Amino acid sequence: MSTKKNNIIFIGLLVLLAVCFLLNISLGSVKIPVDDIISSLSGGYATKNSWEIIIWNYRLPKAITAILVGMGLSISGLLMQTLFRNPLAGPDVLGLSSGASLGVAFVILGAGFMPSFLSEFFLSAYGMVLASILGSSLVLLAVLVVSQKLRDTMAILIVGLMFGSFANAIIGVLTYFSSAEELQKFTFWSLGSLGNQSWNNILILGITCFIGLFLSAICIKPLNALLLGERYAKSLGINFNKTRLLIIIATSILAGSITAFAGPIAFIGLAVPHIAKMIFQTSSHYILFWSTLLLGAIVLLICDTIAQMPGSDFTLPINAITSIIGAPIVVYLLVRKRKFMV
Amino acid sequence: MKNKIILSAVKLSTGYSSKKGKNVIGSEINLELKSNTLISLIGANGIGKSTLLRTLTGIQKPLSGEVILNHKNIDSYNPKELAQQLSIVLTENLPPSNLTVFELVALGRQPYTNWIGKLTPEDISKVNEALSLTQISYLATKKHFEISDGQLQKVLIARALAQDTPLIILDEPTTHLDLVHKVSLLKLLKKLASETNKCILFSTHDLDLALQLSDEMIVMNSEKTVMDSPENLIKNGILNSLFADETIYFDKEKAKFILKNL
Repeated sequence: MSTKKNNIIFIGLLVLLAVCFLLNISLGSVKIPVDDIISSLSGGYATKNSWEIIIWNYRLPKAITAILVGMGLSISGLLMQTLFRNPLAGPDVLGLSSGASLGVAFVILGAGFMPSFLSEFFLSAYGMVLASILGSSLVLLAVLVVSQKLRDTMAILIVGLMFGSFANAIIGVLTYFSSAEELQKFTFWSLGSLGNQSWNNILILGITCFIGLFLSAICIKPLNALLLGERYAKSLGINFNKTRLLIIIATSILAGSITAFAGPIAFIGLAVPHIAKMIFQTSSHYILFWSTLLLGAIVLLICDTIAQMPGSDFTLPINAITSIIGAPIVVYLLVRKRKFMV
Repeated sequence: MKNKIILSAVKLSTGYSSKKGKNVIGSEINLELKSNTLISLIGANGIGKSTLLRTLTGIQKPLSGEVILNHKNIDSYNPKELAQQLSIVLTENLPPSNLTVFELVALGRQPYTNWIGKLTPEDISKVNEALSLTQISYLATKKHFEISDGQLQKVLIARALAQDTPLIILDEPTTHLDLVHKVSLLKLLKKLASETNKCILFSTHDLDLALQLSDEMIVMNSEKTVMDSPENLIKNGILNSLFADETIYFDKEKAKFILKNL
């Protein structure tokens, strides 16, 4: 495919991103006209004061969270798929999401066993985030220790899956011993939510996503070499162990912090890189990196727009929507192209 | 032009060391690989060809002795420097991807590109040169999984050429190919060695072709590893010892392996 055609698609995606962003802010239980959003965002005022509050305190933080989460999860999926040369790899496979869930499960479900000052702290937003990051970095640390011992990348994938099942099993045990109220709270967290983020949270998420994405960008060149397999990549002067470490760290930072704030969001990390690969028909990570970033943001904005059910007071869990919308897309693309590419 | 020594192995022994002790596969190996030379490595299955190639490419440490690449011990190179001295072509299948032939060959420029891997005009001209030397310019925009085995082998050689190294090592490049393609591939290697002044080493089981086309040969048998010109190897009867099997012998007049009692 020619560069010119790629550039046209990229411009199209940028326009689509802007449209989705505005639509996402506009639609919800209260519809706000796009004109008012643009004037409010560009320093002016919306016609109604209540719209102003809705935009700045609810819709805009949620839209920005959606963009960050979409970008971060998609990129970590792209990295995993190339590193493991497996089209089914995603941020979940290293057990990072499960690790984060385990951390959160411990504080929500185990709050009853803690002294009251501790449980109060851990049940606050910060405590949950802290527990989640602790959980995912614990799994990451375990994976890293094991990966230093293992030469085979596939073995690391399996170790990640094992840690994931292990964490899930412990969560299962914890839920068995917890009260209905605690269980409900944990279930709501695990359904995922992009809303209710303070600007402070978004700043933290923004910084961690920036670090993770920056580390990923450093890996673009070695990732291209890895398309030929490990041995060729090494013969091209790639320090394979260093690259593998960088990729795992970048993924954990992205997946860990995102899961902490927004809950375990399924499917995005797996599907978006495939959508990018099928649109651009390439394996070059220069193109895939940027297209996956854009598509990740677009897809999650669309999912979130649907989740807030325009015109009604309901909000559906984002985790369910990403799978309901996304799984058929991947099946459709797969059937049409008949081939999954790494 | 005098051919300069690119790689030499001095009293090399190859194999694996583990806690239980050393498992020596090849010992007392002395080699001198020169520029402008096509060298074939022959030996029966399991005799240690792959281990030798792994040791010569620095993937595996020698048990003793040393590998000298361009006046420096191969261990003292960092990965990027080594990638500018030595390129490889493997038999293993490439992972599935959407890479085009041009992109695949261009990956050979990675040791020279910046942190993001941007191709400069010089890189692009090197890639085009590699494509035209291997006569596959017409394939440039094809995906690598759309072409035949013979074409893919040329693409991988072009990738090694684009890497612009004095030494290219190929692991059994003629497997999976029919006779015509085997001959044309080895002729291509011979042409590349003389036209680009490179040292090209390949392992193979196609003994007859290797005898006819190589400038030098490395023969491995269970006792020793010998490097010489095909003529001398035939004269000295080294080839007869290649297989530990009474029913196969080497006919000096015909320069061919013959089966007994047929």
